[in-house]
Amino acid sequence: MDFIDPHLHMVSRTTDDYETLARMGCVAISEPAFWAGFDRGSADGFRDYFEQLTAVEPKRAAQFGIQHHCWLCINAKEAENVSLSREVIAMIPEFLDRPGVLGIGEIGLNKNTKNEATVFLEHLDLAIEHDQLILIHTPHLEDKYQGTRMILDMLCDDSRINPDRVLVDHVEEHTIGEVLDRGFWAGMTLYPVTKCTPDRAADMIERFGGERLLANSAGDWGVSKPTAVPDLIYQMRRRGCDESLIRRVVHDNPSEFFAKSGKFAAPVR
Amino acid sequence: MKSRSAETILDESYLETRAKLLEVAAILDRIDRANGEGGRLPGDAAKRREQLTQAINILLTDSADRAEQIQQLFSREYDPDWRATFGLLPEHASNSAPQSRES
Repeated sequence: MDFIDPHLHMVSRTTDDYETLARMGCVAISEPAFWAGFDRGSADGFRDYFEQLTAVEPKRAAQFGIQHHCWLCINAKEAENVSLSREVIAMIPEFLDRPGVLGIGEIGLNKNTKNEATVFLEHLDLAIEHDQLILIHTPHLEDKYQGTRMILDMLCDDSRINPDRVLVDHVEEHTIGEVLDRGFWAGMTLYPVTKCTPDRAADMIERFGGERLLANSAGDWGVSKPTAVPDLIYQMRRRGCDESLIRRVVHDNPSEFFAKSGKFAAPVR
Repeated sequence: MKSRSAETILDESYLETRAKLLEVAAILDRIDRANGEGGRLPGDAAKRREQLTQAINILLTDSADRAEQIQQLFSREYDPDWRATFGLLPEHASNSAPQSRES
C-alpha cells in the first residue's frame, strides 16, 4: 500500500533508509524542523539547517521517487533560549516561499516552561501572519498531558487559529480525545518506549475512527524505526481492518491535511 | 471496521501478555533482590516504585480505559491557571473556542 510518513527526520537517516521506504510503498515524507541532539550556537546554524531541509533532502528523496516536504521553526527544546528563538523566527520568512515548505513546525513544548510557551506563541503569530499550516510537537512521558493541555489552551484562546489547519502530534491514549474533540488533526507517533506502538495506535483507531487521524514514525537520530508506518499497516491488516480505513490513516488524511498548504499534491502512480 | 471476538484477541495476545507479565515480575524481583530484605528505597525511588504498584492495581480493575488511566498516573498535573502564573494572558482571545472536556 502507498503511504505517506508525515513526520520523519530524514536529515538523521541514511540514504539506504530512503531506498527501504520506497520499497515499502512510501510516496511522500514531511520533515519537521527539530532538535539536532545539541543546542545550536547561532541563527546561522538554523539557516544552514533550513537550507538542508528545503534544498538538499528533496533531491535525496527524489532519487527514490519520494516527495519530500518540510516544516520550519526553532524546536521547543532550543526555544528555552528566547533571544536566539526570536532571531530564528525573524529569519524563517526567507524560506517560506520555497516549494516544499508546508508550514511552521514542529513547534510546541518540551518541559512546559514560560520561555517555551512564549516562543510557541510567537511561532503562532508567525504562522498566522504568513497563512501557514501548523505542526505541533507535544512533550514526552510525564510532561505530555500537562503540555498538551497548555498547547490546546494557547490554540483555543486565539481567535485567529483555525483548528482544521493545525496538526497536533505525538498524541497518546490520554491526549487524543481532547485534540480531536477540539477539531484539530491528530498524529500518532510509532516510536519505541516513549510514545506509541503499532498495536496501541491500532487500538486508538478502533476507538476514535479514522477522521483527522495520522500515523508517523518520527524516525530521527535516536532509537527509532523509519519503517514504523508499514508496521501499523500490517497490524491493522492482521486485525481485519478495512483497506479503506488503513489507507485513510496512512495516505488520504496526510494528503488532505498537507493539501491545505496549497503546496502538496499526493503522488499519482 | 470488522471486529474480532474477545476470544480471538485473547488467543492472539495470550503468550505475548504472559511474557510481558513475566518481564514485569522479574523486574520487580530484581529491584527487591538489589534492595535486600527489609530494605527501603530512597525518597524519589520509593515514589516511583509506588507508582508502579498503583499502575498494577489499575490493571486489576474492570475499567475499559486502563491504558488511559495508567497514562494519567504517570503524568504531571495540569494547572488551568498556568497562563496567569506565567504572565502570558491571551492577546487574541476567542469567545467561540470549543470547550475542553473535563477530565
